[in-house]
Order: sequence, then structure tokens, then C-alpha cells
Amino acid sequence: MTNDSWTRRRVLCASAAATGATMAGFAVVDRIPEAAQEREEPPIAREVIVPVTLRVNGSAYALTLDTRVTLLDALREHLNLTGSKKGCDHGQCGACTVLLNGRRINACLALAVMLEGEEITTIEGLAAADTLHPIQAAFIEHDGFQCGYCTSGQICSAVGMLAEANAGWPSHVTDDVASSPSLNDAEIAERMSGNLCRCSAYPNIVAAIRSVAGRRPG
Amino acid sequence: MRPFVYQRVSDVHEAISAGASDMGVRFIAGGTNLLDLMKLQIETPSRLVDISRLPLRTIEARADGGLQIGALVTNSDLAADPFVRRHYPLLSQAILAGASGQLRNRASVGGNLLQRTRCFYFYDRAMPCNKRSPGGGCAAIEGFNRIHAILGASDHCIASHPSDMAVGMAALGARVETIRADGSPRTILLDELYRLPGDTPHVETNLAQGELIVSVALPPPPTGMQVYRKVRDRSSYAFALVSVAVVLDVDVEQIRNARIAFGSIAPKPWRAAQAEAWLVGKAPGRQTFEAAADTALEGARGYGHNDFKIALARRTLVAAFEHITSSRG
Repeated sequence: MTNDSWTRRRVLCASAAATGATMAGFAVVDRIPEAAQEREEPPIAREVIVPVTLRVNGSAYALTLDTRVTLLDALREHLNLTGSKKGCDHGQCGACTVLLNGRRINACLALAVMLEGEEITTIEGLAAADTLHPIQAAFIEHDGFQCGYCTSGQICSAVGMLAEANAGWPSHVTDDVASSPSLNDAEIAERMSGNLCRCSAYPNIVAAIRSVAGRRPG
Repeated sequence: MRPFVYQRVSDVHEAISAGASDMGVRFIAGGTNLLDLMKLQIETPSRLVDISRLPLRTIEARADGGLQIGALVTNSDLAADPFVRRHYPLLSQAILAGASGQLRNRASVGGNLLQRTRCFYFYDRAMPCNKRSPGGGCAAIEGFNRIHAILGASDHCIASHPSDMAVGMAALGARVETIRADGSPRTILLDELYRLPGDTPHVETNLAQGELIVSVALPPPPTGMQVYRKVRDRSSYAFALVSVAVVLDVDVEQIRNARIAFGSIAPKPWRAAQAEAWLVGKAPGRQTFEAAADTALEGARGYGHNDFKIALARRTLVAAFEHITSSRG
């Protein structure tokens, strides 16, 4: 998919804007400051539209955003990176999980404006050209999904989680927190509890992650 | 979410002056609780002061043998710190029992201490809540109050404090270090950071407007063994119904020192100082622990749906002590 192509999402956005739907605020964000000035809104209206440069999957993007825009909305609505999903929008489901400087976070609970200059990796940035990330390949091999909505969050979370485990971090189910446990199924399940799957593909998700964890040294 | 002005600050004094500028200012670090509340328009700041780039991310040994924890240290970094895991294991356990991997990677120490209650009625703007709209009434007292407080509540608010980390820190006797709006530093016992609701449940801490938490100081590791035990509706990624952080130091067959702090049963991490004092000199064992639990829960009252928490807190405390005495072998 290139930025110039007419994706299904773009067509939907354009038709929504044409019918005067409220989505226009996202679809044509660049026009907001101008519109705000025309309506002579209080000074705060101009102060809440700010320039933000986001570094996503190795590229820098100069955006003009309302200060309220979350990282998730910036990715999906402004950068067309719709792999990160919006489930609950309250940090409860994990569908929006991305990597911030290599660590997994909920993109719905982070303000884009706060992340200027940070390295963000989304599901779109995990594969190396045509070679899937080992976790992506393992999810296919082990059928780690059904509807697929939670999958990009599960995969990003698993990548972050394996890095945490490799760094020796304990978890809630680790008997001795001073030790560095190996990843058995109980450890994997506990560490992945921030990612819900309503199709309940959990056994296969755990199997996919276990298969990659087992390949790593230590 | 209401519109707000965003201001990034790069040193503590800039943060202090920005924080003192008006009542609509909120500091933001991880934002995992604040942004959630802003989306629901329960928090409606006119200005966010982004303190996440302040140099408050270090964990350092103190000259007194304790630990100095920067306010911006993430929950996950604190839980994974080798010194914490070895010498304050209940703190690692408490943090790892809370939230999810994603949230712990973003949430800060200072923000965790100041997170708001998860009372259903506080979160529901269609319902009365004295914490959200002072004077509006409390829907929880007569409502669905399964998760609410059994100690320290008032006729105006029965919300409980949801933190795990703060319970661990309370048991360890942590002190909170702040900078006030006039630039002067002060140190508050974590136990005294929080206020009981009384008739002003909307005032949750003793921090003044613009006062910034910069670090938490832990005294030297206590002697004896430690454990954090959490009871909840599902085994992961849920707030506690009851939790307890316990330290127990037994010399031969006599208790030398004990610490007890409960979570999710009071408006703040609930230190049971009387029960701690009572335990000193007693022989460890079920009867002793049950008597201590009775002392700790003295004055507890249920509001209907949460009546079970009194027995649950009692049993959780006894189980935590017995876990320690059985691990001693």
C-alpha cells in the first residue's frame, strides 16, 4: 500500500467528509487552524494545534496535530498506519500496542505531542522487507488468531515481552523475583495479560510465542 | 477530551513555575491514568505540563543504606531493578501484580502514587459523586460497592485507593520528596501524603497546587522476610479486592518486627500500626496472626456488597504471614 493509493479507508473517510460527518476533523486536519481563525475562537483554539515530528518505523513525519491526538489516532488517522487497532481506547485491551524505543506501550494512552523524536515501531515496521518478523511467522504457523483484530497488538506486545524476558525481568508468577525465570506457559500468559483476544485464541497465541522464545539463547 | 494547551518543560524549576500558573494545570508523566480520565472528561485540565523529560529517572543507593527512586522511573524499571528485587522484594511483587506490561512500561512512580480511584460512580458522569462534583452526593454508599473501602471511609465517600505499588511502599516506610510552588523542598511520609475523605473527598492528598513529587526515598531494607499478596476477581490484570504487604522478622520463636499495609480496602494504602506493635514479642503462629488481623481490621465496616472484604482482608493477612513462616522452613 502506498500513500497515494485509494485504500478502502480513504474512500470511506472522503465520503464521510462529503456528507458532513464529524470524521472530517481527522480527515482534513490541516485545515483546522485556518477554520479556527475564521470563527474567531478564543486564543486557546490556536494554541492547541501544534507541529509534531513523529519517528515511526524509521521514518520521520512532520504533522500538525491537535494536542489531544493520541499516538494511536496519529498513526491511524494521520499516517494511514491502520495496523494498530483501536479496541477499547482506554488501555484495557492491548489492541493498540506498539513499541516505544523498543518497549511495548498502549498507543491509545499516549499523547502524540509528548513523543516528539522518540522511536516508534508499529506492526507495519516489524518485518524486514518481505521477511516476516519471527513472531509474525509464528502466529501464522500456530494459527494464533481467529478474527485478527487483536493480532497486531498481540504481536507487538510479544516482541516487547520477549525483550523484557531476555533482559531478565521477573513477572507476577515468578516465585523468586530476584531470579530470571525462563518462559514457561504460565509466564507467557501472565506477561501477555494486557492483550485480550475475544475469539479466545489464547492457546495458539501462547504456542506461537513459546516457539520463538524457545529458539532464543537462555 | 477538552482542549488543552501543551507545555513541555526541561527542568524542575520550569515545571514548578508552570505548575503554579493556574488551577487548571496538571503535570503529566506517563499519562496512563490522567489521559483515561481526560477522555471521559472527569479530568479537564486547561494546560498539561509535560514533565516526562525531567531528569528524574534514576534509582540510586542512599548513604543511609536505603534507595532513592526518581519520580519518573517507570513502574517496570523499578520492578526490574536488581537491588529492589533482592532487598525490597515485596515492592517488585506489588508492582508486578498491578496493571499490564504495557501500562507498567509507561506509568511513572509519581503518577502511580497519585492515580485516582476506580470507583464506578467516580467514572460515571451521569451519577452523583462527591469526589468528582463536591456536594453532589455519593452513589456508592447505597450502590454497587463491591470494590469499595471498609476502613477510613466517610459518609461522603467510600472510594478505595487502587494502587499496588503504593501499598508496598507504605509497608516499607517510604517518604515522598517534593518541590513546592515556591521552590522549597519537603519530605512527607507516604502514609501522610494521602488524606482521608472526611467531608472533602475531592481533596485526596496533602500536596499543594503546583507541588511536584520528585522522588521517593526508601529506608534501608527491613530485616526479616517480605511478601505482597493480592486477591482479585481474575488472576491477572485486575485491581485488587484486597491486597497486603507484609514484613515479618522472627528471632528464634519471637517476632522482632512486623509491618502490615493493606491495599484496596481504604481510601489510601492502609498501614496497620497497632497490629504491628502488638505483634512484637509474640510467638509466630496462626493464633497470633489471627489476633493481629482482628486488631488490624478493628472498626472495619461493610456497605453491603463489600461486606466480604472484612473476612477476606483478615484471611489474606493471615495467609501472608503463614506464607512467610512456612518459607522460613
